[in-house]
Amino acid sequence: MPEIRNYTLNFGPQHPSAHGVLRLVLEMDGEVIERADPHIGLLHRATEKLAEYKPYNQSIGYMDRLDYVSMMCNEHGYVRAIEKLLGVEAPERAQYIRTMFDEITRVLNHLMWLGAHALDIGAMSVFLYCFREREDLMDCYEAVSGARLHATYYRPGGVHRDLPDRMPQYAGKSKWHSKRAIAKRNVAREGSLLDFIEDFTQRFPKRVDEYETLLTDNRIWKQRTVDIGVVSPERAMQLGFTGPMLRGSGVEWDLRKKQPYAAYDKVDFDIPVGVNGDCYDRYLVRMEEMRQSNRIIKQCVDWLRTSPGPVSIDDHKVVPPKRADMKDDMEALIHHFKLFTEGYCPPPGDVYAAVEAPKGEFGCYIVSDGANKPYRLKVRAPGFPHLAALDEMSRGHMLADVVAIIGTLDIVFGEIDR
Amino acid sequence: MVKHSLTRNARLDALAVAIPEKLAEHGCELIDEVGELTLVVPAERLLEVCWTLRDDAAFRFEQLIDLCGVDYATYGQSEWETEEASFTGFGRGVDRDLDVAVDDSKRFAVVVHLLSLAHNWRLRLRTYVGGSQPMVDSLIPVWAAANWFEREAFDLYGILFKGHPDLRRILTDYGFVGHPFRKDFPLSGQVEMRYDPEQQRVVYEPVSIEPRVLVPRVIRDDSRYVGDGVSKEAGDA
Repeated sequence: MPEIRNYTLNFGPQHPSAHGVLRLVLEMDGEVIERADPHIGLLHRATEKLAEYKPYNQSIGYMDRLDYVSMMCNEHGYVRAIEKLLGVEAPERAQYIRTMFDEITRVLNHLMWLGAHALDIGAMSVFLYCFREREDLMDCYEAVSGARLHATYYRPGGVHRDLPDRMPQYAGKSKWHSKRAIAKRNVAREGSLLDFIEDFTQRFPKRVDEYETLLTDNRIWKQRTVDIGVVSPERAMQLGFTGPMLRGSGVEWDLRKKQPYAAYDKVDFDIPVGVNGDCYDRYLVRMEEMRQSNRIIKQCVDWLRTSPGPVSIDDHKVVPPKRADMKDDMEALIHHFKLFTEGYCPPPGDVYAAVEAPKGEFGCYIVSDGANKPYRLKVRAPGFPHLAALDEMSRGHMLADVVAIIGTLDIVFGEIDR
Repeated sequence: MVKHSLTRNARLDALAVAIPEKLAEHGCELIDEVGELTLVVPAERLLEVCWTLRDDAAFRFEQLIDLCGVDYATYGQSEWETEEASFTGFGRGVDRDLDVAVDDSKRFAVVVHLLSLAHNWRLRLRTYVGGSQPMVDSLIPVWAAANWFEREAFDLYGILFKGHPDLRRILTDYGFVGHPFRKDFPLSGQVEMRYDPEQQRVVYEPVSIEPRVLVPRVIRDDSRYVGDGVSKEAGDA
């Protein structure tokens, strides 16, 4: 018999299931993992350092690029920290818009996660279905901000602008699609953005059922996820888990319920909690979260339909004045000039604000020394402690299970490497 | 004040009472600002305080949410000198040479954010460190989550964590020199790299980018907040 030795395996950084640029150095005993050492930082852009050199508002766009599949939730965390520092609060309509878009973002993120996770474990079709729904939600992003991914829509004191009355439609002429096909795609886009979103919320639960028929009772899916990467509730807290990772282990903790922000205390939703803390439970938790998000979106749409109002505060030291006002109002012009050449100077102090991002607690810690730029910005990315626990979670598992665990961690390198 | 009522959580009052009671002997200072509690802990007492904060039933901070370094070397300095510059134009008013307080014994701070799920409250710990080799006890025995956060603080600020089992760089490149988030480290870095076709390998060279300031760093005594401070002082007196 040949002698069997332990060996070291290099996984990534260019590996389809490394979800970006994860380099893993695995010490293996045959096919069993003895130690996993993730090497991160290949996507490090020093976002926090860049933010120290820019006025507060100019860094909002960087927040989108942290966790680039849950863009608006990151903005929300950053904007909330600034608002706390300035002592301002967005008007109610803006709070509902933020709640709605946070949940749209959660669905976007979970769809991306589900598709990629299933693809990693060998279910190709889920990926394609998920991207079909993502398309509609990104259209919502585009309708409201002009960008499908990096929206830069939330601003300190509110949101950039109110929801559009008309949902953009597909152009009438195309080389690739027939007139009938285009007309069919435009059916849901006849009305306003809110009509489109409401139409989506009616379609979406059936779509989640579809994904579930493909996976939940699927024998292969269960073999790959049940009892893989089990984390006890005590360990999950010790390791700094938040979000679905913590709830999957059975800890009932959600910032939207426990420390409500935006309009979360005014909408009705439930928090799904897992039992065993394995990959399968975390999968179930996230699937249920999509359904709950859908409920929240529906409630926000109903509220937004009936309650017009301002979407940002009227304090022009923080929010730029309307362009029309600038044409004939000297003071508005000065405010605009000062805001865009210098920004605003919040009072000195430390502030930390967190939101329940799809991946867990996304927090921003800002140290201000009274200047127009943050003295220090620390982004608390939920994926960072999750990936740090990869070693502990994958020990004793097979090589193929590492892929399942990476999938269940829901990691995105934009936020981990910052 | 408006700022406080927005975010101040009534539960925090209980915490603000419990901390001086239980942690009196450690020489900590409790700051209550913007609806958040900050506890300034002496570096040599950090570990003891953290054990108490985690295990004492009055605190029960089960989770370490975040740990990060802060470099206070240029705190409160602005780059904008308007008096001399007003007749020479915008860009010339920028003073790029900030005084970096390199040897300050309080140059760095390790800032820890804690969360208690049982009591649903948060606390921030701040520990000042300084000198040529800033060092503080590692918090890994208390919270395992501290591991990578400490590696990050070491990588970016050069803060050493005593007792850390594996204090390697984490975010920067293999073989990186320096601690990039320190205030005396330029934004554009020290070296740039390119592929050299003659040597047929990647070579490092000093950066060729000129540092520039698009929007200068300005500290305004904004009348709103100045007014705030005055009224507060008047109220205190």
